[in-house]
Amino acid sequence: MDLSDSVLDHLRHVAALPDLSSTRYELESEIGRGGLGIVYAAHDRTLDRRVALKVMDAALAGEAQIIARLEHPAIVPIYETGTLPDGRAFYAMKLVSGARLDGYLAGSPSLAERLRVVRRIGEALAFAHTRGALHRDLKPQNVMVGEFGEVYVMDWGVEAVAGTPGFRAPDAPLDERSDIYALGALLDFVLPAAASPALRAIARKAMRADPGQRYPDAPALLADIERFQEGLAVEAWAEPLWHRLRRFVARNAVLLWLLAAYAGIRLLLFFLRGR
Amino acid sequence: MNKIFVGLGFGLLLGALDGATAAFYPETRNLLTGIMVGSSIKGMLVGLLSGWFAHKVQSTKWGIVVGASLGLLFAFLVAVMEASNGKQHYLEIMLPGFVVGAIIGFLTQRMGAPRLATRAAEPRA
Repeated sequence: MDLSDSVLDHLRHVAALPDLSSTRYELESEIGRGGLGIVYAAHDRTLDRRVALKVMDAALAGEAQIIARLEHPAIVPIYETGTLPDGRAFYAMKLVSGARLDGYLAGSPSLAERLRVVRRIGEALAFAHTRGALHRDLKPQNVMVGEFGEVYVMDWGVEAVAGTPGFRAPDAPLDERSDIYALGALLDFVLPAAASPALRAIARKAMRADPGQRYPDAPALLADIERFQEGLAVEAWAEPLWHRLRRFVARNAVLLWLLAAYAGIRLLLFFLRGR
Repeated sequence: MNKIFVGLGFGLLLGALDGATAAFYPETRNLLTGIMVGSSIKGMLVGLLSGWFAHKVQSTKWGIVVGASLGLLFAFLVAVMEASNGKQHYLEIMLPGFVVGAIIGFLTQRMGAPRLATRAAEPRA
């Protein structure tokens, strides 16, 4: 009996479904898949809540231990890890409702919102680096923005990843500065076409080919973004004089208007005096 | 430096500068010292009260409103005093006083340590 391709595909799909009978989870649907695993939505029978289940080869199970050590608002919390009857490893984590970063940007958020997301990512990176963890594959597809604006960085620390063109640093081996490169690439990715040259310069500095010329760590990059948002000069950009003047005027607009009003009143009174 | 001292400092400076503009008018040139002293005191009073307000309320908009109102009030009192001496200079005194008060109010909001930082710096008993 010959089976059609569609039937064979269906059988393969069913065979690949994880056997969760020994766990407290009920499979709902597949959410996504990458080179290292498949993510499913599942129902936790014990706590009566939905979770995300990532199923992968046992050899890659170390990822769960890395993430479990990282307790941070922007890092998806791990609830449980285990091994399935077929030998594959799994871990259950918070199911994030929202959009991947690329999908979030399609909604045309404001510049302030985009920078807020980048800062949350940077804070997660900074925290992870202090715990000795690297991301290694930071890219828009690994960032989720929840329905209430919460930001989550996913898929941490997997060494087997080849990286994503445009976001992977040319360095070998990868270290914290490779993550800085990727963070700069993310910043460049989220910026609108008409972004300030100061912000582009921050992204470019983070993405320099020589790791020694990038920001030394994530807090340094975030501090430059904060300086930009406060109307101050950024380290990454030697701004021209006219731009410095324009920034001064923008930052001190109210004071300059008040001084101009005072000068105008004084001139007016002086000329009216003779009448 | 706390906001009250910022207010006193800028009030003194801006008040003196405002008073110094009397040098442009021949009829007031020989009264310049007295005008500058009076204007400085007026500026310091506005600065003191604006600084106290800025210490309590962090709002640039309301800081400007309060400073401008105080500047207008004290300028009015000075103008009334001048009027009682037979000199009617309400416009020349009140308009600049209003704007100088607004500037002092703005500066006390923008500069000086905010309330939380001031408390953090105080030693515990």
